[in-house]
Amino acid sequence: MLGLIAPTAAASAFDLLAWSPPGWGATLVAGLWNTILIAFGAYGLGLFIGVLGAFGKLYGGPITRDLLGVYTTLVRAVPELVLILILYFAVTDAVNQFLVFNGYERIQLSGVAAGIAVLGIVQGAYSTEVLRGAIQSVPAGQIEAARAMGMPPMLLARRVTLPLMTAAAVPGLANLWLTCTKDTALLAVVGFIELTKATSLAAGTTKAFLTFYLAAGVLYLILSLLSGVVFGRIERWARKGQRPMAGGGM
Amino acid sequence: MTKAFWKPHRIVMLALAAAIVLWCAFNMNWTWLPDYLDKIPLAIWRTIWLTAASMTLGMMLAIPLGLAQAAGPWYLSTPARVYCSIIRGTPLLLQLWLLYYGLGSLFPQFPWIRESWMWPILRQAWPYALLALTLSVAGYEGEVMRGALKGVPGGQLEAARAMGMPRTKSFFRIWLPQALHRALPTIGGETVLQMKSTPLVATITVVDIYSLSKRVTQDTFIVYEPLLLLAVVYMIMAGMIVLLFKWLESRVPSRTA
Amino acid sequence: MKKTLLTLAATLAFGTAAFAEPLKIGIAAEPYPPFASPDASGAWVGWEVDFINAVCAAGQMECVVTPVAWEGIIPSLTGGQIDAIMASMSITEERMQTIDFSDKYYNTPSVLLTAKGSGLTPDASGMSGKIIGVQVSTIHEAYAQAHFPDAAEIKTYQTTDEAFQDLSAGRVDVAFADSIANDAFLASEVGMACCEAIGAVADDPAILGLGIGVGLRKGEDALKAQFNAAIAKVIADGTYDTISKPYFPSSIYGG
Repeated sequence: MLGLIAPTAAASAFDLLAWSPPGWGATLVAGLWNTILIAFGAYGLGLFIGVLGAFGKLYGGPITRDLLGVYTTLVRAVPELVLILILYFAVTDAVNQFLVFNGYERIQLSGVAAGIAVLGIVQGAYSTEVLRGAIQSVPAGQIEAARAMGMPPMLLARRVTLPLMTAAAVPGLANLWLTCTKDTALLAVVGFIELTKATSLAAGTTKAFLTFYLAAGVLYLILSLLSGVVFGRIERWARKGQRPMAGGGM
Repeated sequence: MTKAFWKPHRIVMLALAAAIVLWCAFNMNWTWLPDYLDKIPLAIWRTIWLTAASMTLGMMLAIPLGLAQAAGPWYLSTPARVYCSIIRGTPLLLQLWLLYYGLGSLFPQFPWIRESWMWPILRQAWPYALLALTLSVAGYEGEVMRGALKGVPGGQLEAARAMGMPRTKSFFRIWLPQALHRALPTIGGETVLQMKSTPLVATITVVDIYSLSKRVTQDTFIVYEPLLLLAVVYMIMAGMIVLLFKWLESRVPSRTA
Repeated sequence: MKKTLLTLAATLAFGTAAFAEPLKIGIAAEPYPPFASPDASGAWVGWEVDFINAVCAAGQMECVVTPVAWEGIIPSLTGGQIDAIMASMSITEERMQTIDFSDKYYNTPSVLLTAKGSGLTPDASGMSGKIIGVQVSTIHEAYAQAHFPDAAEIKTYQTTDEAFQDLSAGRVDVAFADSIANDAFLASEVGMACCEAIGAVADDPAILGLGIGVGLRKGEDALKAQFNAAIAKVIADGTYDTISKPYFPSSIYGG
């Protein structure tokens, strides 16, 4: 089987993946680091937008709700790749035009910043829906009881809504995190050097396609398995003190 | 659209949206459109059939995968779970490239492949795209089917066994239809997601509508207009998929207690 | 805390602020040996990278080599994300409608590669019914579409590498690219085993262009003059030949 992976007789697979040159191991891991960095940034930005969006959709006025509805529908109907391309050029153009208009010089958004902004906007739409569903799943009776007790709204949010909502939101948010890490691969199409692009560069230069793509697959798998473990623990922490779900659920 | 839909602010917003669309239609650069109009239907068709074919074939794979995880012995459920984890844990772009370029790099080592009957198929790009998309659908829907199959009340299956119904018959008559009905909304959403993954096949030379819009940009250096038109096309297709599944759901009689 | 957050956000967003001098020179983020390709440590090396360093030194400009996806490189230039393109981009009339070019700094013919012993000829009749592989958004793609109407299919790849790879896998009958990129592939193990060059195509300056130049935004005449002077200096004082010697047996400046 190794004979299939090794590209002719030149260098064995493990030589190519070695840490120091001529092994590409360090470049791949640097790409993985970029992936994680962007995923974190985009996920955080997405969560932030999601919280605002969820509250806007639930408690905002009719115009806010409709605008947010348009935002989430648009983002969920158009492929991420197309959104990334549009936003990549549009965001940098808009920022530059704004600056030029106000008399400043154009700036060059670093690739990381552009990637985070673009993916964050996309993640924000999905987060909005997940958080909105989670808030709606909080039993209304508990909130009403707290209000009847005279609990002030901030305390209510902190003691009742947030804990219950978090427990319901964690599975959806865990899925979103995995989607985010995989969507960073799409940034390869705009040339940004994250793990998938680094792999494609290495494979293109050395012609050892199978080796590098399999290696990248393993790295992504490790990332997703670790994320699964982490989110499992977060979910258990969030569900502390609540009754286990009846019937095992779906 | 019921009467309640037409609130005053909605009318204003729709008028605004129409105004924006008209402004775009007249002020943006659409001069490239006539040159490419004849290529657009074929490209859209490629996107549609890739989505439909991969969903169909993928679902056919997903049902055994879900069944293996829901009710199978360990030597069936564990490989199924591993498969779903691998597919869901790696990006589709990587899977595509692995299949197309990874397998492609093996061909020179086995010259007999070029003489075989498989060669005309292996030569082209769309089989790899279809395969990668199908495997991806199977991985994701396998999870969905697992949950759906588990969610069907066990009492019905036990009653069927008590009546002497063979296992296969009760699977196809009772278990599977109810599981599919439960999963239908999720599968509808997943179909939209799969359609949104099809642009990635452009990187392995399959000419779908996204690839066509990129070609316009390369030929004319116009960036936004092709992308905007592309977004509109995808929105329309997503809307049609949603409507299709709404119709499907209405066709299955369901009695909510 | 708010202030720290704001400054952090500002520094993240405005990664390289505009008031810093370095020119961002865009190169293609796809490997294009021997002109520009990544080595195992991720740094970009090659003839073009050396040339960029020489030109920037001669023109006393501070440059930063910035890889950008090839298919988005012109919009990146016009959008301001990079200041110049030195990615083996040919000077063609079509591109000159959108961007400006400096004087050429090399010029090489475009050559067809096929499987060994295919017996094809580098003209329209030889290409009829064949599958041609080209890199997307290049003069080769434009030439193939204009001059080989009978080709069975023209497959476009994101990188020239992938086109060569599919040639060796047998998925395309012909790969069409720059002669030097072809030579680099033919010198590799995979290339030696599978393929051979069948010669250059008939010239068509309107499509194949007038050589490789530095891509610049329209209206940047001062920068263009700076680049032209630097290129002339590099050629005149012999740095051009010094750089080219390790890579090429003869000068690639062309006629």
